[in-house]
Amino acid sequence: MKKSVFLGALTLAGLAAGTAMAQDSSTLAAVKERGVLKCGVNPGTPGFAAPDASGKFVGFDVDVCRAVAAAIFGDSEAVEYTPLTSAVRFTALASGEVDMLARNTTWTFSRDVDLKNTFVGVNYYDGQGFMVPKDLGVSSAKELGGATVCIETGTTTELNLADYFRVNNMEYEPVPVESFTEAQTQFLAGACDVYTTDASALAASRASFENPEGYVVLPEIISKEPLGPLVRHGDDNWGDIVRWSLNAMIAAEEYGVTSANATELAKGTENPEINRLLGVEGELGAMLGLDNAWALNIITQVGNYGESFEKNIGENTPVGLARGLNAQWTEGGLIYSPPFR
Amino acid sequence: MTTATNTPEDQGFRLSQLIYDTRYRSITIQVIAMLAFMLIAAFLIRNTIINLSALGKDIDFGFLFNRAAYDINQQIIPYTSDDPHWRAALVGLLNTLLIAILGCTLATVIGVVAGVLRLSKNWLTAKIMTVYVESFRNIPVLLWILAFMAVLSEGLPAPRAFRGEDPAASMWFWDSVAVTNRGTYVPAPVWGSGSSVVVIAFLLSLLGIWAFGKWSNRHFEETGQHLPNFWIKLGILIVPSVLVYFVMGRPVSLSYPELKGFNFDGGLHMRNSMLALWLALSFYTGSFIAEIVRSGILAISKGQTEAAFALGLRPSWTMNLVILPQALRVIIPPLISQYLNLTKNSSLALAVGYMDLRSTLGGTTLNTTGRELECMLLMMLIYLIVSLIISSGMNIYNKSVKLKER
Repeated sequence: MKKSVFLGALTLAGLAAGTAMAQDSSTLAAVKERGVLKCGVNPGTPGFAAPDASGKFVGFDVDVCRAVAAAIFGDSEAVEYTPLTSAVRFTALASGEVDMLARNTTWTFSRDVDLKNTFVGVNYYDGQGFMVPKDLGVSSAKELGGATVCIETGTTTELNLADYFRVNNMEYEPVPVESFTEAQTQFLAGACDVYTTDASALAASRASFENPEGYVVLPEIISKEPLGPLVRHGDDNWGDIVRWSLNAMIAAEEYGVTSANATELAKGTENPEINRLLGVEGELGAMLGLDNAWALNIITQVGNYGESFEKNIGENTPVGLARGLNAQWTEGGLIYSPPFR
Repeated sequence: MTTATNTPEDQGFRLSQLIYDTRYRSITIQVIAMLAFMLIAAFLIRNTIINLSALGKDIDFGFLFNRAAYDINQQIIPYTSDDPHWRAALVGLLNTLLIAILGCTLATVIGVVAGVLRLSKNWLTAKIMTVYVESFRNIPVLLWILAFMAVLSEGLPAPRAFRGEDPAASMWFWDSVAVTNRGTYVPAPVWGSGSSVVVIAFLLSLLGIWAFGKWSNRHFEETGQHLPNFWIKLGILIVPSVLVYFVMGRPVSLSYPELKGFNFDGGLHMRNSMLALWLALSFYTGSFIAEIVRSGILAISKGQTEAAFALGLRPSWTMNLVILPQALRVIIPPLISQYLNLTKNSSLALAVGYMDLRSTLGGTTLNTTGRELECMLLMMLIYLIVSLIISSGMNIYNKSVKLKER
C-alpha cells in the first residue's frame, strides 16, 4: 500500500515536471533560416505537378510553390518538393513536414475548419468528371449503372461518387486504388470501366495515354472542386504570404504584367495599382515581412497566372485545358484577386 | 544462513539496506526501473497531448457515429454509404478476418505439402520445393501481393472480351466459371425454402463422421481390425445429404454468372484484390510453414520410423500414427507465430485496394475525418485483440497435442 502511494506520487511529480515542447512560432523565420521552402506536391499529375525528364518538378501547382519561394528568397528554385499521396498530405502539413501544400486539394468546410487548415485561395476551379473508353458506347454518366469505377481512396471524389450514384439510384462497384498512377494502370487494363476524379486530372491523365482518342471524358461534372494551396492553422502571417503570392500572379495577369515586361514596368508606371504590386510605391512587401520586390520576383521568375496556365496546362499543351471557369473575372471567369492596396 | 545461529539484535530497518542488503537490493532496482519507465511513458503521453492541443486537436471518438458516406465493394454484412463509420470499420474487420481465415487455411495446406515434399527422396520434387521456399520467403510479401495483382489484372481478359459473336475469351467449366481481370465469378448456391433441412442433414452427417471415427478407433483398439474408414466416411458425408436434397424437392439451386451490362452478374464474385492478397499471403506464409514442418519432421529421431517399419506399419501409417503426432509438438508453437504474421500482413491489403480494416478505418475513414490518432489507436487495439484471440485459440490446441507427462 505504502509503495503504491509512493509510486503514484513520483509519477505525478514526473507528469508535472515534464516540459512542454516549445512550438516554433514563425514559419517564415524557420523557412528563412533553412534557406529553402518545403512544399508538398502531387507525386505525378502531368501539367499540375510531375517530374520532368531531368527529375525536376514542374507544373501549374509547382508554380505556386516557386512563386512563394521567389517572394521569400528572390529565388524560385529554393524549393524542396515533397511528393505526397492524398492520404498523407494533411498529416504532413500538420506535423510541419512541409510548410505548405500546393497539391490540387479541394477546399471543403471540414478540411478548413475541422482539420485546422487554412486555404489561402483557389488556383483552379475544378469539378469531378468521368472518363470511359470510347468503345464502351456510353455518352452520359447516367448510363453508368452497374459499372465498375476506379477511384482514389481518401479523396472527396470517393464521397461525391457514392452520393451521385445513390441520388441517381444506380448500382456501381468501386475499385479503390491508392494512387493516380495505379488508377491509370487499372483503367487501361480494363479492370474498371470508368475512372473518376477531377476533370482537370482526367484531361491530364488522358493526355499521357498512348491512345488518347480511344477515351472520352463524359459531359457530366458532378461536384464543385475548388483546388488551391493551403497552410496549417496558427500562423496568419505565413498564410498571408502564400495567399498574396498567388494573388500577385493573378493580379499581374489582370493588369497585363508579364515575365517579359515586369522589369520594365517596375521602373514606374501611370497605374498606381501596378506600382504598388511591383513595389515602386508603398511598403506592401515590408508588411508581409518580405523584400519590397517580392511580387516582381514572382512575376519575372515564375510568370503571371495566365502565363503559368498556358505553359503547363493550356490549350497548346498535351493536357489541353481551356480557361473556362479559370479565366479572369474580366473575361467571364472566376479568377479574381482582391486589390493590392 | 550464518544468521540462523547467531541472530544479531534487531537494529530496525536502515535506509542503506536498500542498496547493501541483497534481500532488498533487487526490489530497489526494480522499483527504480519501474519509476523510470513510468516517467518516460508519462512524458511521452503528456507531450502528445500538449502537442495535439497546440495543433488544436483533441482526442474524440465521436466521429465513429457519423455517416461514413463512402462505399465498400466487398461486404460480408450489409452496408451502404448511409451507415456510420463504425459499421464501415466492422465491414473492414470482417474482410480482414475472412482473408486471415482463408489465408491461414491455404498457407497450412501449402506449407505441409511443401515441407513434406522437400524431404522427398525424389531429387526433382525436393529441389522444386527448395526453389519455392527460398524464393517466396526471401522476397518481401508486399512485392508478391503486387506481383499477383499485376498478373491478375493485366494478364486476364476484361469482361468486354466475353461479348460478341466471336468473343476473344470464353468461360470455363461448361460456361459456369468466368475468370476476368475484375475477379473470378463462380456459381453460387441459392437457398430456397426447405434448404435449411438439407443444411441440418449435412451438419448431422458431419457429426456422424466424427462419431464413426471415435467408434472405429475403439473398434481398432479392441479387435485390431482396420475398417475402410475413408470410404465409409465419404459415404456418411454424401449419401444422407443427397437423399434429403431430393426428398425436399431440390431446394438448393445454383446461380451462374452471366454477362449483363458492364459486368458479370450472378454467382459469387471473388475480386482480384482478394485473390491476389489471399494467394500472395498464403504462398508467402506457406514457405515459412514448410520450413517449420520440415524441421518438425526432422526433429523426430529416425529410430521411430525404423521401429514402426519393424513392427510392419505401412509408410502412410508410420507418418500418420507415429511421426506426425510427435512432430506436431514441435510444429505448433512456431506455427502460431506464422498465423499471427499472416493476419497482420493482411493489412498490406490497401496496396491492391482490398477493403480490410486498414483500408476502411485506417484509410478512407481516417482521411475523410482527419482523426489520425484515434483511428490508429483503435486499429492497433483491434489487431491486438484479434491476434490475442488467435494465439489463445492455438495455445488451447497446442495443449491438446503436446506431450502429456504423467
